[in-house]
Amino acid sequence: MDFSQKNKMMPNGSMRVENLFHSFSEANGTVQVLNGVSLEAKPGEITSIAGPSGCGKSTLLYLMGLLDRPDSGKVFMGDSEVQNLEDDERTKARNHFIGFVFQFHFLIKELSAIENISLPLLKLGKDEDSANQKANDLLSELGLESKAQRPAYKLSGGEQQRVAIARALANSPKYFLLMNQRGIWTVQIQKVYSNCLNVWLSKLVYRSYL
Amino acid sequence: MLCFKLAWRFVIARKRPMFLSLAGIVFGVSFFVVTQAQTSGFEKFFIQTILGTNGALRISDRFQDTYGTVEQVDDDGDVRFLFHSREGSLYHEGVDQPSLIRDALADYPELMGVSEIMEGSAVLDTGFRRKSVVLNGIRWEDHLQSSDLNKQIIQGTINNFSSDQMGVILGSRISQRLGLKIGDRVSLVGGTGNLHLRVSAIFESGVSQIDKNRIYIHLITARSFLGSSHGGSVFQIALNEPSHAPGLAAQLQSALNHRVVSWQERERVWLDVFKALRFSSAITVSCILLLSGLGMFNVFAILVIEKTRDIAILRSMGFSRTDISAIFLWQGTIVLVAGITIGSLFAASGTYFISMIPLRIRGIFSTDSFVVNWDLNHYLWASCIAFVFVAVATWIPARRAARIEPAKIIRETL
Repeated sequence: MDFSQKNKMMPNGSMRVENLFHSFSEANGTVQVLNGVSLEAKPGEITSIAGPSGCGKSTLLYLMGLLDRPDSGKVFMGDSEVQNLEDDERTKARNHFIGFVFQFHFLIKELSAIENISLPLLKLGKDEDSANQKANDLLSELGLESKAQRPAYKLSGGEQQRVAIARALANSPKYFLLMNQRGIWTVQIQKVYSNCLNVWLSKLVYRSYL
Repeated sequence: MLCFKLAWRFVIARKRPMFLSLAGIVFGVSFFVVTQAQTSGFEKFFIQTILGTNGALRISDRFQDTYGTVEQVDDDGDVRFLFHSREGSLYHEGVDQPSLIRDALADYPELMGVSEIMEGSAVLDTGFRRKSVVLNGIRWEDHLQSSDLNKQIIQGTINNFSSDQMGVILGSRISQRLGLKIGDRVSLVGGTGNLHLRVSAIFESGVSQIDKNRIYIHLITARSFLGSSHGGSVFQIALNEPSHAPGLAAQLQSALNHRVVSWQERERVWLDVFKALRFSSAITVSCILLLSGLGMFNVFAILVIEKTRDIAILRSMGFSRTDISAIFLWQGTIVLVAGITIGSLFAASGTYFISMIPLRIRGIFSTDSFVVNWDLNHYLWASCIAFVFVAVATWIPARRAARIEPAKIIRETL
């Protein structure tokens, strides 16, 4: 699979995992986290994974988002099997097709809001003007146009989370992976989060989201 | 370019540690250049002095190789094994046939000037004081081609000397000791008798041994005084490229059958002293750069630890391991380039300032201020050494940063 040109090999269709196994080595032995997990997230659908803490939800998303490699099993993006791709190919695939929103915002504090959002666009090869334009559009839609130049660390928690969502959406990803651990979120952040998603999902529902 | 921009933002966001890293490089580079400028400045000045005083090559005694024979003789008296071997050389003082040597030297285009010198010992007598001296009989036109005598004259002129067959040029210490000044008359005692000379000029080479012993008179006068009508002289030679002197000395020695000594061989002791000084100062100052490299390594190692989460996020966005390495290497490069630039400016200012400091030195050369050598190579060497230390100091943390597994970091952060 060649991800060097986004349009050349755009994966069509669902994201699937088949019979995934994954474990962690710890001081007192190996912890088996995933035991033969299979699922399919179809285009245009929101697939939700729920479960108690420590059951492997995040691990499954890392594997689907090509941040980690399974012990065994397969991950498909469309018809392409991707779990064994070389590191560079996985990196390109993340940039081109996958948008992550982690439980925490994880913004780069040295950069402004707009610079944080522009990063994946610039990495994709967009010029600075078009990257900034796109980032500005995203900020406007999330109600943060006045905070564009503000350093990330000077934004409120809710604003930071919105910027993180905008950053994940900047490259118009084919697959959008959200991690929501409600236990650690404030009511305000949850509200912002839900509003943002509602706006975006209504616009982008034709794509495949997870 | 994106990696450079990120590196730039990371650098300016960490002003204090980056400033300390920068300061280490700035001081290392500037100290390196300043110390090298001084030591090589004095060395270069010393070389100029000795080349201007005694030339690049000196042709002196004629030698004759002596050979021996080894043979094995059978019981019946037949020689079964025989070979000749060079056993040594027999030296004859001075150049026997100066005109032949001069003709032979004309075939060497590398020679810039050739001066025949008649050397001898005598005593200068003012009537009140006497001093033994080494007289150098010269043809002044030739000698000016192979020495800096004209520049070394501090009183009188070479014209005074050229126009007076009985003129004498005195070393500065001789004139001081005997209380002689331009136009004074003095007797030269020794050789075939007494010679009445007039002081035409006073020179100062800076080499105390020369300034307190050497006098110059005309070659023809010297020959007459020493009773040597033709041979016994030495040749002093100036070269277009003095660094080629050892090779040319060997070539001339073999061709002329006369002992030929290069300035490098003649002044080996002092040259070795300067070399040792230059190396020891380079090593000492390199230690400053090494320490700043260690400091920088520390800064970058901590930076990688601090930035692990950002690295993981960048990786999740599509930054490759190479990009992550590049971000850290660019940070090192920014600090390095700034350090070398500022350090070079400091070095140039420091070198200029030091060259203005008054310092009177007489003995192996003559100077009234610090002698510095403006050489681009010092800046290049300082930059190279700084580059090596900074490259190592940033490459190791950059490599570590590139190895970070994003999933592991994100998982551990949550």
